[in-house]
Amino acid sequence: MSAAEQDLDPGFKKELLGSLPSLRAFAYSLTGASDKADDLVQDTVLKAWAKNKSFQMGTNMKAWLFTILRNEFYSQMRKKGREVQDTEGTFTDSLAVHPGQDSALDMQDFKKALDQLPEDQREAIVLIGASGFSYEEAAEICDCAVGTIKSRVSRARIRLTEILDVKGASDYVMDANAASIGSRAYSR
Amino acid sequence: MTHSQSKKLGQERANSNNAASEVTNQISNKLQALYKSVEDQTIPDRFLDLLEQLDAAESKHSKDGHQ
Repeated sequence: MSAAEQDLDPGFKKELLGSLPSLRAFAYSLTGASDKADDLVQDTVLKAWAKNKSFQMGTNMKAWLFTILRNEFYSQMRKKGREVQDTEGTFTDSLAVHPGQDSALDMQDFKKALDQLPEDQREAIVLIGASGFSYEEAAEICDCAVGTIKSRVSRARIRLTEILDVKGASDYVMDANAASIGSRAYSR
Repeated sequence: MTHSQSKKLGQERANSNNAASEVTNQISNKLQALYKSVEDQTIPDRFLDLLEQLDAAESKHSKDGHQ
């Protein structure tokens, strides 16, 4: 057996550690509850560690880890059957400590609205709007077409606007999404 | 489409979408703030402990392999 097959790349652990904050944030957005999110991240770390030989250093580790986490989430959901989501979870507790630029109350409303989205729309808008992935990367993570991601993000925005009733302007957002999808097709 | 035509179309689009992009921005900002509130948390010790254990198991395994 060669040394390369046997030894763990020292960069692997470092990159894994560096990806933990965003993995935790993505897990929160999928599960809606902090204890479940951290259990999911732990399972992901174990899976990733076991599979580290199949990962090629220098390629996109963050996307690779997100793919593992997402697959783990859906496979656990299928096994356990759908549990009642904890929409009042500790996400909102943490906001009392980290209110950010908005008031904590606004944020709780937003979190509740996000939790109401269908899973496919929620993961799409989180991957694109918060995790910083490109449409192509998100499509790979979710194992679907780029166009599917685009339409899920667009529907997620419309739905969030409806739920939050942001200045009562959901009609505008529909126009904007239609237009921005058109213009993106030109620019990309 | 000529350059000036496409520029004009772009401008019209921009005007009619001002209100809409305002709404989209609000949603984007909230989503990012929410996500960041988790990202900014200290990594729980359980993960650091876990990685230590995995690392220790790995180096023991690789040492044994060389014997």
